[in-house]
Amino acid sequence: MTRAEPLLQIENLQVSFFLPGVEVPAVRGLDLVVGAGETVGLVGESGCGKSVTALSVLGLVGDPGRVKAGSIRLGGRELVGLAPRELRAVRGRQVGMVFQEPMTSLNPVFTVGYQLAEALTTHFDLSRQEVRDRCVGLLREVGIPAPEDRLGAYPAQLSGGLRQRVMIAMAVACRPRLLLADEPTTALDVTIQAQIMGLLARLRRELGMAVLLITHDLGLVAQNVGRVVVMYAGHAVEEAATADLFAEPLHPYTRGLLGSIPGAPGTRPGDRLRAIPGNVPHPTRVPSGCPFRDRCDLAVDACADTLPELEPKRPGHRARCLRVDRRV
Amino acid sequence: MSGAYRDAGPWRILWRRLQRNPQAMAGLAIVVGLAVVAVLHPWLAPYDPAGVNVRQILQPPGADHWLGTDELGRDVFSRLVYGAPISLLVGFVAVGISVAIGTVLGCTAGYYGGWWDSLVMRLVDLLQAIPTFFLILAAIAFLKPSIWLIMVIIGLTGWMGVCRMVRAEVLSLRDREFVMAARVQGAGDMRILLRHLLPNAIVPVLVSATLGIAGAILVESSLSFLGLGVQPPQPSWGNMLAQARDNLAGGWWNTVFPGAAIFVTVLGYNLLGEGLRDALDPKISDR
Amino acid sequence: MFELEAVTRHYAVRQGPFRTRAVLRAVDGVDLAVHAGETLSLVGESGCGKSTLARLVLRLERPTSGRVRYRGQDLWEMDRDAVRRFRREVQMVFQDPYASLNPRMRVAQIVGEGLAIHGLARGAERDARVRELLEQVGLPPEAAGAYPHEFSGGQRQRVGIARALAVEPRVVVADEPVSALDVSVQAQILNLLQGLREDRGLTYLFISHDLRVVEHISDRVAVMYLGRLVELAPAADLFREPLHPYTRALLDAVPVPDPDRRREPRVLEGDVPSPIAPPPGCPFHPRCPDRFEPCDHRVPELRPTGTARAVACHRCG
Repeated sequence: MTRAEPLLQIENLQVSFFLPGVEVPAVRGLDLVVGAGETVGLVGESGCGKSVTALSVLGLVGDPGRVKAGSIRLGGRELVGLAPRELRAVRGRQVGMVFQEPMTSLNPVFTVGYQLAEALTTHFDLSRQEVRDRCVGLLREVGIPAPEDRLGAYPAQLSGGLRQRVMIAMAVACRPRLLLADEPTTALDVTIQAQIMGLLARLRRELGMAVLLITHDLGLVAQNVGRVVVMYAGHAVEEAATADLFAEPLHPYTRGLLGSIPGAPGTRPGDRLRAIPGNVPHPTRVPSGCPFRDRCDLAVDACADTLPELEPKRPGHRARCLRVDRRV
Repeated sequence: MSGAYRDAGPWRILWRRLQRNPQAMAGLAIVVGLAVVAVLHPWLAPYDPAGVNVRQILQPPGADHWLGTDELGRDVFSRLVYGAPISLLVGFVAVGISVAIGTVLGCTAGYYGGWWDSLVMRLVDLLQAIPTFFLILAAIAFLKPSIWLIMVIIGLTGWMGVCRMVRAEVLSLRDREFVMAARVQGAGDMRILLRHLLPNAIVPVLVSATLGIAGAILVESSLSFLGLGVQPPQPSWGNMLAQARDNLAGGWWNTVFPGAAIFVTVLGYNLLGEGLRDALDPKISDR
Repeated sequence: MFELEAVTRHYAVRQGPFRTRAVLRAVDGVDLAVHAGETLSLVGESGCGKSTLARLVLRLERPTSGRVRYRGQDLWEMDRDAVRRFRREVQMVFQDPYASLNPRMRVAQIVGEGLAIHGLARGAERDARVRELLEQVGLPPEAAGAYPHEFSGGQRQRVGIARALAVEPRVVVADEPVSALDVSVQAQILNLLQGLREDRGLTYLFISHDLRVVEHISDRVAVMYLGRLVELAPAADLFREPLHPYTRALLDAVPVPDPDRRREPRVLEGDVPSPIAPPPGCPFHPRCPDRFEPCDHRVPELRPTGTARAVACHRCG
């Protein structure tokens, strides 16, 4: 597999939330690479650290959270430890973000046009007319009908799908090189979800953006990204090209996830699903050694000793598990 | 997570959070201390609070009289101690009355809605438009002042806030899924009100009741100060202040100590109330 | 078990700058039968009326017109005893495992409440029953003394299921019972629901927007759009050969967790119209790729096609 020049390179990222008396680790040493123009899926269940990872890239992990260690490089430039001013210049301009809930991520008291204009004028010096023209152009680009009329609309006057389109227009307003999409369609109906995913794919092609799609939905991943990183309890546990991951999932957690969703390869309607026993652990109660060992049916004593490395098990296919043999 | 569940009832969590708040704990200490004084007052007071002693008039604080004596030679400390149960009694009974009325009306108004809700809320609007203190003064003008009258009047004029609050809580709870679940199980209105709505709505009432006690004590003191509340010779912090006012030259201790007693009491209940409010704030996580 | 006959539920709403009265047609003339022992799924997107339909079936709301019958008896013509019996026989599992358990009650009280209301068991017997139920839904007996907030979402959902089972119902209405749960936990709950159904011969009315789950669990599927039933078919047939254009679009839009079956979905244009001002004729016609002459003025009836299927479309049948 030829990999493009990495646009985003995250190494050993550790993010914790420091509450009175306890440290709650959210990300425990994540490595992640997104090449220019590439689409990567970051998959995991609630609390696995996938959203915190995205926020770290933008320098948006707020108190009491802190990036404890590691590096995040965007086009070769280190983002960790950057001054707030410099980070603001990165946000929106080089990295755009789309959130899950379009109702809460748009400000209800400002019009769509105002918020879109703000996204532009933060980074560019434009005349009023230019701003207006570009706003209309952006709304048209994300497929909003009658864009001139929508500029004066308030978020509450738009449907969920249209709001998410506005969010995407804001995120791509400054032509970022990387778009972080955190569960962009989870709050939407399936037919609208298909529209939004289609829109993201089109924009990626037209603008040459890289997209990091953060989701819990393996179906979305299978249909939309080229490479997948599976996270569990703050660690990346498996990484592979999408086709390889679904053809031969290696980590028991990935296998469990695939067995859990109806419609995955090998499941038939009416059969019992191969559910993973137990629950996602609270971040303060993750077991020692392999974080998945208490829910894993392959676990042996050695799993408790050390955290396995995320190492190549097949060509271009890495997994973090002692029980998976290496055939490289 | 099989095995032992830590006993984490709502009240226990409340207590844990309260413990982390030093101001609330200070408030609680004051409130508990006052309650102890109020219960033990006959034993704590070194002198008869009504015991006139012409040879000991206006003694400054000292070894015999810790907080001095008033113009009739009565021991200020003993009078303060005897004032405590009256203040607390007024506070608790008055707030008890307003919480009872407010909760019953608020609960039923929020749950049943319709004309009953309109009627209750209009009554609340009406009563809230009349200044409470004025209403109390007017009532006392017609009736013979006594502490029971004061308690009843403060209670009857103070329930509107509780009522609004309980109604708002019940309105937001009424359509929650667990209430629907109870209905699906076949629970009747009474059961839903008492088992499902009330226990969830009562929490903010606790905060307002605590703050209300402080308010009621203040009103009682004001009334007694104006001579409309607790009647001499029965000592109350308010009427002690009033007597001291008539005799301003008669020693700072006669004004400072009753004033301080009122201040500390109100402060204690307010601190505890604020602490409870913070501890009950769902936005604060417990981890 | 259940028979719905031209059931309609309208809400009066006020909207717009002049607060004009309008009618929201949440459910608009639905005919449907739920047979004993089957799992019938209601699917559709938000606002299609599926949750309102569930509340109508549960006698939590009264239809504006039409009838809902349970075992032949109209829900709103029952006497007190019949309503009591109905409340025992028809139970519900809710979507949100956080909102559906009373935070001030212990699990024992939550699960035992139905037993108390219907006088089925008291004292030590009730405690034993609760423990038994907890075990059946895969919770340790110690859970009885805990409060809901001590559990994860999946465990809470198990508590909710134990509560529904306590009164030994015949029918369970499950409104999006797994959509709030993590994927790995969803599977546990689906397996639990399937197992209980087999052990107890339950009838499920299963409401979901997740077609993958619906395909997995259902015997029959009813597809709703804007308050109307547009297609009704055995699950296997529906997923193999959807007839209504909306059903087809819905199935197309579901991302399949299998990259080998990657496809360019035929993406539906536009949003779901408001149920306050539904389009005339077929409610789906403004978004329909196959619309033709009669679609914008004649409402298609739900007509049987083939053996066990029915579809409301001018193009079919």
